[in-house]
Amino acid sequence: MFAQRRGDAEIFLDLGFGIFLGFEFWNLGFVSPAARARLRHPMWAFIFRRVLQMLAILVVVVSGTFLLMRLAPGSPFAQERKLDPATERLWNERYHLDGSLTVQLGYYWKNLLRGDLGESLKYKNRGVAEIIAYALPKSAAIGLIALALALTAGIVTGSLAAARHNTAVDRALMLTALAGICLPAFLIAPLAALVFAIWLGWLPVAGWGGLSRLVLPAVCLAAPYAAYCSRLMRTSMLEVLGQDFIRTARAKGLAERTVLYRHALKLAILPLVSYAGPLAANVLTGSMVVETIFNIPGLGPFFVNSVLNRDVFLVGGTALVYLVILVTLNTAVDVGYTLLDKRIRLW
Amino acid sequence: MLVTVQNYFPKKTSAPALLCVFALAVSLFNSCGAGRDRAALIFVNGPEPESLDPALISGQVEGRLAYCLFEGLTRLAADGAVVPAAAERWDISPDGRTYTFHLRENLRWSDGAPLTANDFVQSWRRVLEPATGAVYADVLFVIENARQYHDGESRDFSQVGVSAPDDRTVSVRLAAPTPYFLYLTSFTTYLPVPLTVVERHGARWIRPEHIVGNGAYLLRAWKLNDRLEFAANPRYWAAARVNLKRVDALTVTNGNTAVNLYFTGQADLILDRGLILPQILAGLRQRRDLHIFNFLGTYFYRFNTSRAPFDHPLVRRAFSAAIDRRAIVEKITLGGEPPTTALVPGLINGYTPADGMAFNPGQARAWLAAAGYPDGKNFPRVAIMYNASQQHAGIAVEIQAMWKRVLNVSVELRQVEWTAYLQALDRLDYDIARSSWIGDYPDPATFLGCFITGAGNNRTGWGNAGYDRLLAAADREVDPARRFLLLRDAEKILVADNPPIAPIFHYVGMLLYDPDKFGGIHGTPLDDHPIQDIYRK
Repeated sequence: MFAQRRGDAEIFLDLGFGIFLGFEFWNLGFVSPAARARLRHPMWAFIFRRVLQMLAILVVVVSGTFLLMRLAPGSPFAQERKLDPATERLWNERYHLDGSLTVQLGYYWKNLLRGDLGESLKYKNRGVAEIIAYALPKSAAIGLIALALALTAGIVTGSLAAARHNTAVDRALMLTALAGICLPAFLIAPLAALVFAIWLGWLPVAGWGGLSRLVLPAVCLAAPYAAYCSRLMRTSMLEVLGQDFIRTARAKGLAERTVLYRHALKLAILPLVSYAGPLAANVLTGSMVVETIFNIPGLGPFFVNSVLNRDVFLVGGTALVYLVILVTLNTAVDVGYTLLDKRIRLW
Repeated sequence: MLVTVQNYFPKKTSAPALLCVFALAVSLFNSCGAGRDRAALIFVNGPEPESLDPALISGQVEGRLAYCLFEGLTRLAADGAVVPAAAERWDISPDGRTYTFHLRENLRWSDGAPLTANDFVQSWRRVLEPATGAVYADVLFVIENARQYHDGESRDFSQVGVSAPDDRTVSVRLAAPTPYFLYLTSFTTYLPVPLTVVERHGARWIRPEHIVGNGAYLLRAWKLNDRLEFAANPRYWAAARVNLKRVDALTVTNGNTAVNLYFTGQADLILDRGLILPQILAGLRQRRDLHIFNFLGTYFYRFNTSRAPFDHPLVRRAFSAAIDRRAIVEKITLGGEPPTTALVPGLINGYTPADGMAFNPGQARAWLAAAGYPDGKNFPRVAIMYNASQQHAGIAVEIQAMWKRVLNVSVELRQVEWTAYLQALDRLDYDIARSSWIGDYPDPATFLGCFITGAGNNRTGWGNAGYDRLLAAADREVDPARRFLLLRDAEKILVADNPPIAPIFHYVGMLLYDPDKFGGIHGTPLDDHPIQDIYRK
């Protein structure tokens, strides 16, 4: 918990002091005129607007999630063995889950604003922030590898299929991609475990610890996304290759290689860039199926199980993390877009 | 810095070379994880434990771990018998209501502090304090005035029948003779906790960095959704007898993963029967690793007796008699579960379970007709409610077909998720509900007590004055044989005369381990397998 490691007030004081210092530097001329000009760039205004938008979305989503969880049938403290009503009341009071929904939401926001994500109701000695801090890096490690795999494999095979349009290579790659999209993770993952861990014995079958245990989950996580990226890349590349400027480039006598990778790729990659934002948010926060099958102590299963357990604050915390990552990456993608294609203007 | 695809995909790809590179990479990866030395026993424990605080836990997954860290006055041995633990002996008064436990000499907490009789008294007091929010506090209600103290009717703890006349004596006065009390003193809720540590660290006292225990093991690490690591406790009074010095408990929720870990040598023992899936049982049966045993658990259907049509006893009898239990265990559960018409499993010494509604299609139809629904005519739409699970769904579909075939009644299936299912049970918002009950101690009372009028776990709206009277009489009865007869009469009301439930089968426990490598593991009626008794051959 932030609140327990440092005083709540301290955080705000630090923040306030930081902002104050920034203003002073700006006003007293510590920032060079050139740097000032760069910082006045409309891009920063765009990013600032995006941050404001994110905060608004955050308020709506977090409040909505909390209210939906409280309206869902069943108590977070329910068990197969009936809890006596006095004890259940006590637990509800302890976590401020008694009283009207507005009061409950008020308490939740009061804690959130102090940087306290609350306690898990199921895992009674752990804070939500602690669970996320523990589980997210594990999901992110696998997610980063999967992201790199999916994008690399997607770009390379997609471009290759487009360059070898209507050949056996193209058809074989696209058939593989189709299979990758169609086969769900709960089929691919146990199959991969069976072949590479049990039959061949090359990799550990499940668990956490050591690089070797990252391989199977990362590949299984990446497979469907790689396939999708590949098809996206191929379609986009084919479209770009039909455009006038490509004909011009070819007419200039440029090597096919240069045409493809200097001129076409830069434009053809755009749809993939816009897809990369949500893709990254998805893979970095973990997958329920892949992490359960490979027994990875990541964040993925919490997205589903915390809802089933009515673990209200944990649901809120995971939603918050996902939202922040998603919106940040989408903003990054939008900025990246304009840098890649000068025709696109966002500011 | 653009690279050409041609460089990545040379026209003549050399497959052997690629394979070599891959093999090299694999061996490099594998060597990274090999540094950690392996625990003497790695067992698959099931889902992530919710807590390790004996006052707050209620599940088997948590119980197994708590028994490693804490030890009660008595404990269950590997074969399921009650044996002396923190108490070396005890005296029972002739009326069966006063127990005097004599603690061993020089008992110590794992931090070196002496463990005294008062630690037990204060730990039990903590369970009974309403502010603790103990979910299992009612297992202490057999102690005189414990219920009154918990419910706030009396705030004077000296009235509660537990005291420590000196550092090595715990004296307990019970509200009624309780022949299974020595099982209770081994139960998680009765375990002693280090109160100074609890006070100092609050809810986080069970963390590895704080926790102090008196059991055979110490908690070394608790990795969320990964594993808990235990090491033998050198201060445990029988430390010399603990064979496995380092033990890991794995958190695994997927059955295939658990079995994969077992067969690749990353786990030695699977303790959670839910992880051994019915679909792989046929294959496992050929092996010596699979161990199946009967234990105290019953799978049954509840009827909501508070509303039509199941407010009519004959309708409930008809529905119960129309279930072919044998077909269900042979087609769906596949673990060799004994089909049953009784609620109490026949595993309790001296107790013969009552006979309930055996499969009898003719009789079932006759009862339904007598209740006003000849050949199922005009029978209202009702539904079987069950929590999401492949096995529950399979059983419900099978029973749905049986009721259609035998009674000519169409019932719907209503699958709901766990928390919603519990709420519907509590609010009597169902017609028929899949249910189960696992005994906490080997006595019929752990099952039959559920159905006392208005009891929290009744969840059927059913109440029967005769049943309540028989259970109350059994509570007062000192003679064990006569007590069992009273309980059997009560069970007869519950499963035959006026049944609010239809028992279907008794659970079997399942363990997966190599009997050539490990010993000291037995199938026991409570599905309890103390880790400290397991040894490597």
